[in-house]
Amino acid sequence: MALTVVAAVVLLVILWEGYRWMGRQTDNRWPGTGIELPVSTDDIIMPPAADIVGELFSDIRDGRSTLPLSVFLLKKAWFTFQEASIGFFLGSSIGLALAVLMLRWRVAERGLLPWINVSQTVPLIALAPIVVTWGRQQDLPDIVSISLISTYLTFFPVAVSALRGLQSPDAAHVELMRSYAAPWSSTLVKLRLPAARPYLFPAFKIAATLSVVGAIVGEISIGTKTGLGRAILEFAQRYAVWPERLYASVIGAAFLGLAVFGLISLVERLVLRRTGEAAV
Amino acid sequence: MSADAARQADDAAAVIDGVAMVFNAGSAGEVAALTGIDLTIRAGEFVTLIGPSGCGKSTLLRLIGDLLTPTVGTVSVFGKSAHEARMDQDYGMVFQHAGLFDWRRVRANIELPLELRGWSRADRSARSAEMLDLVELDGFGDHYPRQLSGGMQQRVSIARALSFEPRLLLMDEPFGALDEMTREYMQGELLRIWGETDTTVVFVTHSISEAAFLSNRVVVLSPRPGRIHSVIDIDLGERTPDTREDPEFFAMATVIREALRSVGGTE
Ligand SMILES: Nc1ncnc2c1ncn2[C@@H]1O[C@H](COP(=O)(O)OP(=O)(O)O)[C@@H](O)[C@H]1O
Ligand SMILES: [Mg+2]
Repeated sequence: MALTVVAAVVLLVILWEGYRWMGRQTDNRWPGTGIELPVSTDDIIMPPAADIVGELFSDIRDGRSTLPLSVFLLKKAWFTFQEASIGFFLGSSIGLALAVLMLRWRVAERGLLPWINVSQTVPLIALAPIVVTWGRQQDLPDIVSISLISTYLTFFPVAVSALRGLQSPDAAHVELMRSYAAPWSSTLVKLRLPAARPYLFPAFKIAATLSVVGAIVGEISIGTKTGLGRAILEFAQRYAVWPERLYASVIGAAFLGLAVFGLISLVERLVLRRTGEAAV
Repeated sequence: MSADAARQADDAAAVIDGVAMVFNAGSAGEVAALTGIDLTIRAGEFVTLIGPSGCGKSTLLRLIGDLLTPTVGTVSVFGKSAHEARMDQDYGMVFQHAGLFDWRRVRANIELPLELRGWSRADRSARSAEMLDLVELDGFGDHYPRQLSGGMQQRVSIARALSFEPRLLLMDEPFGALDEMTREYMQGELLRIWGETDTTVVFVTHSISEAAFLSNRVVVLSPRPGRIHSVIDIDLGERTPDTREDPEFFAMATVIREALRSVGGTE
């Protein structure tokens, strides 16, 4: 996977610089036509890749100390990672619990599934202030509210995929458990949950990335003092004079997303190795 | 239950009394799968159900195993209802496809019913080792199902069904997916195992030679709706590989074949 990431980064840099170069040659027009490029290639909209990377190593003031931007972002990302982790575990647990509930009671499936789907059409931007205000009324620390916003995004893919996974075993396998007079709970633990793994891990990966998105959006709308969201918000306000910084912080967010994705893939590999299924 | 059936019930493994099975009753897709089935299976017997495809063999097996409930009539097993027998875990089942859990090692697959019965770890592993020995798969306990051939998987599935010494073993075309050589080998193994335990076997097949080789009795079913056409006693004594070339064996196969012809079945 590391190789894929490197290749993707290289490709991105080539495309970025290639587009910039073309834009400068043709005065921001498609070659051979008078049609303007959708994005102009000046240094504010598209700063040189080298400057963005360089920005990662330039100093920034953090409180009373100065440190390289990359280290600064790492510190912020660690904070965001904690919020996202809480969101991920909470969301995945709720998702799994909902799936089991819907599996157990057909009525629950009919009653819950539409709401679970509707829940994701509520825009996060609208939801975040509600959660934040509520959290402050309850005297909860901001990290709780942010994690809850992250939870809201993560439970969904887990609930939907887990339900499909739990329903996936062959009729013959279910019948086998029936012939042993296995109680519902044993069938769940010994058959349905293991059978759901191929559905669960992809969902966990999506949920992990979404948990980071949720945490960052949560930070931005709550106005915390720290976290990647806060950094992005600050740099966004000074984009017109210092665009490299915003791009650099976006790279930081992307890396955090990749990191949690990689973490889940690692767990998946360990679990599958334990049961001898070669990781794909 | 009729008086006659009641008298036989003492040494009976299963008594099927006036059973009919209708699927999707009252709807457009209504299927009368079985009708007027009376059959007593004695304890320790090896009974084979044979008949053309769709005549209700699997349905009858599943009625005995309480995976289906008859529309009419009763099924009793070891003197209780089929449901009670299932709750008492009297059944072992083997289907056409081995149906192993591919995330479990062979050993853990065999131990599944034992786990469900709350056996201790030590007892389970002792028993699964015995079972692996019985089906001649020692050394494969730590393999995963997909690392085994179809025949080996089917043996694991038989070991799983026998691991808790079920009183009644229900097998639905368990060797149907195997090639001829493996199939004959497995038939020999099954008879050996059956001889070493006091399990009653109800076995579904549509192979005439398989029915003749394995059974004490062959129940021939006729289709649409499924009913019992005839019950043929097979008396071939101890089975050996030579049995398959015995004129007696061919004679029995011929009796079964003629019964099947008269119900419109093809092999
Ligand atoms: N669950 C079911 N729902 C509706 N019809 C069924 C069902 N199971 C079996 N049948 C029908 O009952 C008849 C007997 O089926 P089955 O017992 O599987 O036959 P066999 O095992 O002898 O091939 C067939 O016509 C089949 O289509
Ligand atoms: Mg069948």
